[in-house]
Amino acid sequence: MKTFRMAALACVMAMAAGAAQAKTDIVVGLNLEPPHLDPTSAAAGAIDQVLYANVFEGLTRFGPDGSVNPGLAESWEISEDGLTYTFTLHEGVTFHDGSALDAGDVKFSLDRARDGDSQNAQKALFEGIESVETVDDLTVKVTLKAPDGSFLFNMAWGDAVIVAPESITEIAQEPVGTGAFVFDDWVQGDRITLVKNPDYWGEPAKLDRVTFKFISDPTAAFAAVMAEDVHAFPGFPAPENLPQFEADQRFQVLVGSTEGETILSTNNKMKPFDDVKVREAIAHAIDRQAIIDGAMFGLGTPIGTHFAPHNPDYVDLTELSQYDPEKAKALLAEAGYADGFTTTLKLPPPSYARRGGEIIAAQLRAVGIEAEISNLDWAQWLEQVFNGKDFGLTIVSHTEPFDIGIYARPDYYFQYDDAGFQEMNTELGGEADPAKRTALLEKMQRKIAEDYVNGYLFQLATPTVANAKIRGLWKDAPTQATDLTGVYWED
Amino acid sequence: MLRYVGRRLVSLAVSLLVASVVIFLALEVVPGDPAAYMLGINAQEDTLAALRAELGLDQSRVERYFSWVGGMVQGDFGTSYTYRTPVAEMIGDRLWVSLPLAVYALVLSTLIAFPAGIWAASRRGSPVDWGVMGVTQLGVAIPNFWFAMLMVLVFAINLRWFSAGGFAGWENGLLAGMKSLTLPAIALALPQASILARVMRSALLDTLGEDFIRTARAKGLTRGQALRRHAVRNAMIPVLTIIGLQFSFLLAGVIIIENVFFLPGLGRLVFQAISSRDLIVVESVVMFLVFAVVMVNFVVDLTYAWVDPRLRGRR
Repeated sequence: MKTFRMAALACVMAMAAGAAQAKTDIVVGLNLEPPHLDPTSAAAGAIDQVLYANVFEGLTRFGPDGSVNPGLAESWEISEDGLTYTFTLHEGVTFHDGSALDAGDVKFSLDRARDGDSQNAQKALFEGIESVETVDDLTVKVTLKAPDGSFLFNMAWGDAVIVAPESITEIAQEPVGTGAFVFDDWVQGDRITLVKNPDYWGEPAKLDRVTFKFISDPTAAFAAVMAEDVHAFPGFPAPENLPQFEADQRFQVLVGSTEGETILSTNNKMKPFDDVKVREAIAHAIDRQAIIDGAMFGLGTPIGTHFAPHNPDYVDLTELSQYDPEKAKALLAEAGYADGFTTTLKLPPPSYARRGGEIIAAQLRAVGIEAEISNLDWAQWLEQVFNGKDFGLTIVSHTEPFDIGIYARPDYYFQYDDAGFQEMNTELGGEADPAKRTALLEKMQRKIAEDYVNGYLFQLATPTVANAKIRGLWKDAPTQATDLTGVYWED
Repeated sequence: MLRYVGRRLVSLAVSLLVASVVIFLALEVVPGDPAAYMLGINAQEDTLAALRAELGLDQSRVERYFSWVGGMVQGDFGTSYTYRTPVAEMIGDRLWVSLPLAVYALVLSTLIAFPAGIWAASRRGSPVDWGVMGVTQLGVAIPNFWFAMLMVLVFAINLRWFSAGGFAGWENGLLAGMKSLTLPAIALALPQASILARVMRSALLDTLGEDFIRTARAKGLTRGQALRRHAVRNAMIPVLTIIGLQFSFLLAGVIIIENVFFLPGLGRLVFQAISSRDLIVVESVVMFLVFAVVMVNFVVDLTYAWVDPRLRGRR
């Protein structure tokens, strides 16, 4: 195997030396290395960043704009009552080990994800499933417990990709999927290599070879792109350097949107945040644009509620929380905190939180609120803030797509408990009519904005820096993925 | 001599045992649940419990300590929580980057420091001495990660002589591997060479004031001859001590440099493992580093005995 790889490498190098043809290999820089390669048993976005759409595919898949498109299922029928989904699989799909994809593999994947011993980080996506039955080799019938308007959306997640029982024990190290690229090699701490799948069932990939390099240090990322060791870097970690790349003809800079609503999460059960006046005061004390400019170097779209601005159902509610420190002071006085109060502001590692936290603390101080900053790493943040609910304020970007439903969970870490909202969310779950869903979503967005549950800051942007000749890269990040199936070098 | 070696071996074993307890306890008090980190914010309670059980996190601390130490004695360092591969294998892979890097840096540092120190000492008070002292002062003061970034800017981005980081892999040839370690090794070696050159110089100057040097000079040796034949060997004890300390420092101190150059070494492994609470990896790698440091000190102790025969007979 090793000799084969070296021979392949020699071929690639010889081709690079030939230089006349358009390049067919690419080196992609990523911030984080996947801990292992099983997208169905970890939350790490880094796994999907490498494997989603490239190596693994689901019944449905996300398009570049976040739309849900057919994946391994070429079509589906939904029963009148919205309870039964009958999926028809593509014919002639094979896994990378040569075995054919059939309905049994789909049943296996979905049953494994919702099993009692399941280690799926998004098990909730599968909870609505009552049963999965194979009708014939290429037909699967999924029955739901209740109608669910977002079921097809859920099946597009990286956590819902189709895996084969034959390769499941080795999946964490040797992933076997159905995608346009085949996993080739992983040098831990350094790189993962994928090669083109010659037997792909759909439109074949244009690249022959993809190398993902893992570079977490922003300075090192800058150097690697500048030295052209890395050809494309999605989620480039040093936004302060973007103008330099924009001015350089060798590079292109794409600034896209993500599903990350960045919010000043507020502990709604803790005094004095249990008073809506205090939360409203905080909303008016915050100058979003100053945070976007100061912490994100101008990247990011202001939001007024917990919803992605690029979603067609988004309502701009930023008016409800305009920057107005005088009003904030007045509201605090009304709530009985004319002299302000002291609270905690616990910050996880990303720079939006650390840099943004300093600015927010200063803005809060201006209206009399003293926020004591403590910097936590992710494991501590999960333990203290997310699970322990031991915090006053925190800043975090909620990167899961379409996650307004978290406001219907009273035990969720910011502890917003409102029966009206929970009812709307249940109603939404059972609603399949698009117009009614839009109306409901608007009501829900308005409700949490008017209740000032959290301070809504901005939609996290994702900058991609790449060689100017590369085409087909995704600008936006509707899910954490680096879909390279359509990427190619221009001559 | 045997007795000397025996006593050193006992102190080595005790050091390792104490270190294992300290490392285990220190990491046990670090807050954060590895399972929660891995499964993220949408994980459900039963999923977390299933993962904790699989990782053995539901056992008591005492049980986990003994299974860890017991495994290590047999060469089994356990299985990484996040990577799900044996830790011993991971250490082995990463060592192929970190160890050559540390040795490369040490060799560079010694090759620079010895001539510089001897030269400065032999021309004490001259412009040469002043020059060496000035440059080494600067070398000690410059942080190595900053120097590393500066070198990347010059040699990788502007001149394109080297890549900005990453490791080419030994399978592509010794030269390719050495090339990717060159900038990191220089960055690591610079402060070490500066310290070592200063120690060499002052140790030599101390020795040059000794009676036996005066005797050698009186026999008709030139200052240079006396320095080379007699003084250098006698100045070796402090120099060896520093080299031993430096090697330990280099092995453990590659963390920052490996991150600047995104090299897949031990330092980067520890760095990643700490933030993902992959405690078994952190514990085992730190334990391994302690073992390496203790072994280096042991070798340095033996070398003392070799260069200084008086130490062999001492009780």
